[in-house]
Amino acid sequence: MSSLDAAFAALADPTRRAILARLAKGEATVNELAEPFEMTQPAISQHLKVLEGAGLIAQRVEGTRRPRRLSSAGIEAMDQWLAMLRKALETNYDRLDEVLAGMEKHKRGKKR
Amino acid sequence: MSKMTLKTEGDTQLIVTRRFTAPPEAVYRAHTDPKLIQKWLLGPEGWTMPVCINEARPAGKFRYEWTNGKGGGFYITGEYVELEPYSRIVHIERMHLPDPTPDNHIETRFEADGAGTLMTMRMTLPDGKTRAAMLATGMERGMEASYDRLAEFLMSLSARGMEKGAGES
Repeated sequence: MSSLDAAFAALADPTRRAILARLAKGEATVNELAEPFEMTQPAISQHLKVLEGAGLIAQRVEGTRRPRRLSSAGIEAMDQWLAMLRKALETNYDRLDEVLAGMEKHKRGKKR
Repeated sequence: MSKMTLKTEGDTQLIVTRRFTAPPEAVYRAHTDPKLIQKWLLGPEGWTMPVCINEARPAGKFRYEWTNGKGGGFYITGEYVELEPYSRIVHIERMHLPDPTPDNHIETRFEADGAGTLMTMRMTLPDGKTRAAMLATGMERGMEASYDRLAEFLMSLSARGMEKGAGES
């Protein structure tokens, strides 16, 4: 799989996007990640492997702990996701501006 | 100039603010009249809302259905808790994908701001995990509209990966 395919596949899964969202708040170990997601440790490890393979997260060694964190590419990916959500909302409100302008015109028309 | 702000607060809240040049009464009506809602609450370009049921009264129900015209779609159901014309709406909603997401508790305030309105929408999710999942879902919807942009972005990741690979070999 090319890294392009790997990154795309990694982001296609909602659990993996949620893991990225969690890691955006700070690093976490497999155990810490498994708990809120109500998933087994092996299931989480599998997702982490995919994210790591895509270069979106990195791990460091601290004694027996292996905390994961977002890599710079992962941080960029999260920013990109948030920007897209913001864009969808902004598009809605830009349309609402037009609706409101139309309402105002209609009201003025009636008064005349 | 960006008129909208979007920020997270604590572990479970998401706050959106937006200023409008129209007065609170008009903005409030655009949030509660189904004919008006159908004109703007559509998300990414290309999506429409063929079904918009909205009973804007306490304990009233609403149901919004969206489609992208290519077989993709989802719907939201919800109930009104409190309505104070034209200053405040409290409602609960959930997305059906098709399984329902946990309830999102939303308070929307409309305050006079000069001749216009400052809208503040505060969403409260049951827990941090749900908020993360909701953000991810919203992102997924945005992704559809921005597929090309995402592909471009992933391409740049890929190019970086190749650079790294080349450096290591």
